[in-house]
Amino acid sequence: MSPDLHIQVGPLHLKNPVLTASGTFGYGREFAQLMDPNRLGGVIVKGISLKPRPGNPPPRIVETPCGMLNAIGLANVGLDAFVSEKLPWLQTLHTAVIVNIYGHTLEEYAQVAAGLKGVQEIAALEINVSCPNVARGGMSFGTDPNLSARVTEAVLKQTDKPVIVKLSPNVTDIRVIAKAVEAAGAHALSLINTLTGMVIDIETRRPVLGNETGGLSGPAIRPVALYMVHQVVQSVRIPVIGVGGIITPEDALQFLMAGARAVEVGTGNFVDPRTTLNIINGLTRFCRQKGIPTIREIIGTAQQNW
Amino acid sequence: MIEQHAEVTFNDRVAADTYLMGLKSPDIAARAHPGQFVMIRVGAQADPLLRRPFSICGVRKDGGLLILYRVVGRGTRIMAGAGPGTGFDVLGPLGNGFDFPAQPGESLLVAGGMGIAPLSFLAQRTGQEVQILTGYACADQQIPFECLGLSHCAVLVATEDGTIGHHGRVTDLLQESGNHIPHGYAQVYACGPIPMLMAVADLTLRQGIACQVSLESTMACGLGACQGCAVPAAPGSDRRYYHVCQDGPVFEVGTLDWEQLQPHVP
Repeated sequence: MSPDLHIQVGPLHLKNPVLTASGTFGYGREFAQLMDPNRLGGVIVKGISLKPRPGNPPPRIVETPCGMLNAIGLANVGLDAFVSEKLPWLQTLHTAVIVNIYGHTLEEYAQVAAGLKGVQEIAALEINVSCPNVARGGMSFGTDPNLSARVTEAVLKQTDKPVIVKLSPNVTDIRVIAKAVEAAGAHALSLINTLTGMVIDIETRRPVLGNETGGLSGPAIRPVALYMVHQVVQSVRIPVIGVGGIITPEDALQFLMAGARAVEVGTGNFVDPRTTLNIINGLTRFCRQKGIPTIREIIGTAQQNW
Repeated sequence: MIEQHAEVTFNDRVAADTYLMGLKSPDIAARAHPGQFVMIRVGAQADPLLRRPFSICGVRKDGGLLILYRVVGRGTRIMAGAGPGTGFDVLGPLGNGFDFPAQPGESLLVAGGMGIAPLSFLAQRTGQEVQILTGYACADQQIPFECLGLSHCAVLVATEDGTIGHHGRVTDLLQESGNHIPHGYAQVYACGPIPMLMAVADLTLRQGIACQVSLESTMACGLGACQGCAVPAAPGSDRRYYHVCQDGPVFEVGTLDWEQLQPHVP
């Protein structure tokens, strides 16, 4: 019999623990010719803001050892176009559709949440308080426990859906933010977003990225992400979703063993459009080889007090 | 678009640091249109991590996909070391290609350095004699016309150091009669470094001659998902940026903001 990969992340029911990280899977349709998104545990779409955003000046990406820096700047179509142009296709999917939302102000976060209220096919919202590449909003909320909590409350007031808050690693102690967001009523946490970094062109003596700094992602950040997930799982009662450089099934297993109830795959989607499906297959294979009937049995098993 | 593992059938050095690779990828080859590109993963390891974009330089009847590349970094160095029988994961064909000329005889192809890659494919597909202007830094970078399947075309060469052909830039060859695209050409196709494309854009826009350029950019996905390959749209467009992978890599010259376009750093 095939191992059971179903998982519950707070109120959110997923057919398996593998999600796509926001900003790396477009609005889903971009990948549909290359892989079946219905096999995923869920699709988290590009961060949506109230108004369309053109994004940062190029160059926006640069490769780094075992990773990449991006400074896209949350380029997106905006709430109205998302609802009219992107959502109808997403509504045809047979998997959890999670919308990542972003705002400049508390009110904007709340307005985006309100604009998505009542859409039955949206399974949850993920609040982006951790984008390092925008001047206002994003990480400026996520590095402050009070502001993180206020954004969470503002969104919760305007939505009928489970709320996941995506945390920034660019803080002194991520557990402080995690606890503040939990106390504000968040249903789950996802971590980590990218680590702020830069690359300098030695010929021009200028930063390579148009935005000067960017967010580091890819396997380079995986040990940092894993450590933070391991820490946060000990500090909060709400479920944690692990994100950061996950490319192989073995990577995903480490996060699940650290206590994450699901994982998001980001940069891995760029390397191979089928990365997520390879991970799902690998999780099934691992459970079968070890005689584990359900993936839920391995969650948190690397925690000392397990 | 297709993602598949493609076997290297040959990988020949054709000029200084420059290689022509044949990949056995009949499904991608069958769908490829001149101007489109592929994303090649240079290995299963995590470093270098991202796929690299390459213009399709041509296709062969046996399903071979031709990739012309110069060794500029870690990825292309790995590719240069790949012998027949090894293989790479290839994703493509991606992006929008060139619009074919109504009258091939009226089209002029302008290539700077590796910009010859997509233009070779275009010249092969037209099947007729077209005029191609090519520019290189020096003679040892010149790629023999025969290996690009351009024997049927009229090719002029310029080198910046004067070691072969005209001493100067490829855009000098355009200025036959003063600073003008020569008479008789209704359509220009160009690919090469941004400063060269700027010069071509300037001439064609001033003279009102149709011109399509193929741009290169760093990109992560090639699919329109990462939004990493932004280029500035012309003032008055309905948006601030186009994306090279999805809106291009071929653009009508008038659709871009040439003032804001930045030279590509490999």
